[in-house]
Amino acid sequence: MHYSGFKVIKEALTGHRGWGPAWRDATPKAQYDYVIIGGGGHGLATAYYLAKEFKQARIAVLEKGWIGGGNVGRNTTIIRSNYLLDGNEPFYEFSLKLWEGLEQDLNYNAMVSQRGILNLIHSDAQRDAFIRRGNAMILNGADAELLSTAQIVERYPFLNVNNARFPIKGGLAQHRGGTVRHDAVAWGYARAADRRGVDIIQNCEVTGFRIENGTCKGVETSRGFIGAGKVASCVAGSSSRLMEKAGMRLPIESHVLQAFVSEGLKPLLPGVITFGAGHFYCSQSDKGGLVFGGDLDGYNSYAQRGNLPVVEDVCEGGMAIFPNLGRARLLRMWGGIMDMSMDGSPIIDRTHIDGLYFNGGWCYGGFKATPASGFAYAHLLATDTPHKTATAYRFDRFATGHMIDEKGMGNQPNLH
Amino acid sequence: MLIDHPILGPRDAAEFVYKGDAMLIHRPDWQAEDAVAQFTDYGYLRDNPAGLHRELWFHEQGDRSWLVVTRDTTTHEITKVELARDVARAEGRSR
Ligand SMILES: Cc1cc2nc3c(=O)[nH]c(=O)nc-3n(C[C@H](O)[C@H](O)[C@H](O)COP(=O)(O)OP(=O)(O)OC[C@H]3O[C@@H](n4cnc5c(N)ncnc54)[C@H](O)[C@@H]3O)c2cc1C
Repeated sequence: MHYSGFKVIKEALTGHRGWGPAWRDATPKAQYDYVIIGGGGHGLATAYYLAKEFKQARIAVLEKGWIGGGNVGRNTTIIRSNYLLDGNEPFYEFSLKLWEGLEQDLNYNAMVSQRGILNLIHSDAQRDAFIRRGNAMILNGADAELLSTAQIVERYPFLNVNNARFPIKGGLAQHRGGTVRHDAVAWGYARAADRRGVDIIQNCEVTGFRIENGTCKGVETSRGFIGAGKVASCVAGSSSRLMEKAGMRLPIESHVLQAFVSEGLKPLLPGVITFGAGHFYCSQSDKGGLVFGGDLDGYNSYAQRGNLPVVEDVCEGGMAIFPNLGRARLLRMWGGIMDMSMDGSPIIDRTHIDGLYFNGGWCYGGFKATPASGFAYAHLLATDTPHKTATAYRFDRFATGHMIDEKGMGNQPNLH
Repeated sequence: MLIDHPILGPRDAAEFVYKGDAMLIHRPDWQAEDAVAQFTDYGYLRDNPAGLHRELWFHEQGDRSWLVVTRDTTTHEITKVELARDVARAEGRSR
């Protein structure tokens, strides 16, 4: 079924009897060409681009719970391509371009909103660093603009520019950044993949791999064995748990990141602001809630919930630059499990086992990467060569010393 | 979270800095034949288990001792706290 304005009006006039389910509830077949493990944003996008761009093939996505129940449904929905390093920036800019055409491509309203993102500057050194970053972005075809304090006050009059410790001295803006409705990304990709024949199989947990003579032949699941020509792991925060079943140890630690949303308010915050020095970032959802977050809790966790010291820290950061936040009541808070890699950058690569592929290490920034990650992973699966924007995302970069460490933090996952 | 420090008693986890897997105590021998491979593992690969995890915490805002904490990563429950020095000695380090 094609969605359109005409269809909405027709259904409104005929009692909404013509809407069908957006995707089939598929039952697993015995054998596929490609089995993708994980029905998050990246797994569903991979299936979609594989079916669309690269091969007419038998493709399944296996999800242990329901699609969109992982990080794709838990994140703070920010998209941007304001990276510094060569290994990253072309990839994230490719992703942003895919976001720009996504809704027409998927025939689904994902509420892509390019409301702009602003990184605040508080010192001369930070200004120098952001100018360098902005230049790197422009060199890679992205947009960046350095704003003065006066320009910031014009757009965000409520910001406390005279904070004693972190006065606001300007900002780096990316006007094409913004937010996207996160659940709709999972649903839109699922529907579009399903329309191209992909089987989306929920309540199907992968419990092991069948590996014979160094080749992966398929996966053991809670719904029986499923054979596959190629198996693609794409389970974000569960990466280490899953790949351990193939005997692999990963350059990844799983950490919890919390997020918060206030009660619904009238329009107040037109774009996304990040206060990196105080570990706070915020946007306003279309429903009116202020959506905000900050740092990781900082210790290995699979609990999908965090502790109070970080709640306090995030709220203090918010109050420091955004004092009227204090009048809003907190509605909800939650946590998600991040696949924090050793250099803060992701991996999209083959493994040493034939037919077994890996996508993970997205840290707290994988939502914006969803379209490009799916596209690049599909490219790798279909052609066995990396996509041109993802050549640096290799497993062996740690052994060879080619880390992609945006923040220069070293091999300490909780600092990225 | 409260960490029951072996010397100081229960302390707020916010006083500590988290380092990671306690296997970091076992720094490889730089003269070993396969030292490069060993250091790559040591520097970059982790078990990252869901369940019991032995991990290093540094009491930065306290007595500045290193602790080995055994904690369940699925519940955050802490079941054992030892001085890293004692663990390292028992496991044959710093002889
Ligand atoms: C609080 C928070 C805020 C964030 N904010 C942002 C942001 O503003 N911008 C941004 O770019 N990124 C953000 N992120 C990061 C982003 O959400 C993730 O990097 C990204 O969603 C990960 O990819 P995914 O969507 O495929 O993961 P997921 O949605 O987690 O998908 C993985 C799926 O695999 C399934 N799975 C796991 N194990 C198995 C198994 N054995 N068998 C079958 N299925 C399995 C899981 O159930 C899950 O559905 C945030 C994350 C959190 C938690």
